[in-house]
Amino acid sequence: MSETTMTMSGASEPLKFHLEGEHHVENGTLLGFWLYLMSDCLIFACLFAAYGVLGRDYAGGPSAAQVLELPVVALNTTLLLFSSITYGFAVLEMQQNRRGPMMAWLVVTGLLGAGFIALELTEFSHLIAIGAGPQRSAFLTSFFTLVGTHGLHVTCGLIWLVVLMVQVSKKGLIPANKRRLMCLSMFWHFLDVVWVGVFSFVYLMGVLP
Amino acid sequence: MSEHIEAQHGHDEHDEHDGVSQVHATLKGYLRGFMLAAILTIIPFSLVMTGAFAKSGPADALILFLAAIQIVVHMVYFLHMNTKSEGGWNMLALVFTIVLVVITLSGSIWIMFHLNDNMMPAAMQDPRNLP
Repeated sequence: MSETTMTMSGASEPLKFHLEGEHHVENGTLLGFWLYLMSDCLIFACLFAAYGVLGRDYAGGPSAAQVLELPVVALNTTLLLFSSITYGFAVLEMQQNRRGPMMAWLVVTGLLGAGFIALELTEFSHLIAIGAGPQRSAFLTSFFTLVGTHGLHVTCGLIWLVVLMVQVSKKGLIPANKRRLMCLSMFWHFLDVVWVGVFSFVYLMGVLP
Repeated sequence: MSEHIEAQHGHDEHDEHDGVSQVHATLKGYLRGFMLAAILTIIPFSLVMTGAFAKSGPADALILFLAAIQIVVHMVYFLHMNTKSEGGWNMLALVFTIVLVVITLSGSIWIMFHLNDNMMPAAMQDPRNLP
């Protein structure tokens, strides 16, 4: 504003309506990925809302307190939290440009994530085996949709992790790979944030009397 | 906060255009976040698993409160959120999302709760009143 006024009063240089110091957002990719995560957040909000509405509609079937096993969930939560911190260690190694240790931490992260998925699939198959599948009641439908969508995200994260490890081993820690690793870092930590909501809202509050 | 954000500098001053150099994670930050998250996870799990809660009302509130704190911890220490990152656009998007999430959740639960109440007339619930 003041610059424009000065230019007009000075009249020595042509009139301009834009600021010279303007520049692009430096890391547009990370901002864009953040916006994707926020839209993903809305998907989960809708699923949480559906569970909040339907979570107590048992239709004569098993209730949450009867079918949900907290020790399994506690173990699952531990795995996911540890995988978050190990990915953090991988990012730290990436900043130091140490490829070997970074890959090692990524492997650990992947194994913890795979353990999480394995436990969740075991839980799901157990539920279906005892007749508490997604078609049994509105509670189980919303439960399987919410927890399953989160599990699907973690699975996609694992695939992405493996792809990135292949890329890093082929091309090294080039700027493009670092950018991708930072995007996956945000994705992975975001999934842990969603899981905090899941274990609190679905499991812990579900088994309360 | 030990993260160093370089928000205001021109294109010529830095060699990488990947933007990764702008976020500097630290070991201390990750460990602190991990410890806080672990504590905030252990408290509600132990309370529920030992059966310390007799009634669900206050327990629900406590669990949701601890979850909210833990989400903030994750955002700050793991996702490196602050008001400066991306020139504030990250925070703006987050605030907008939180508004939408709150409307979606509270609106759905509130409306559907009353709808459930209203859909079933009191007279219908008692079989003796059925025609």
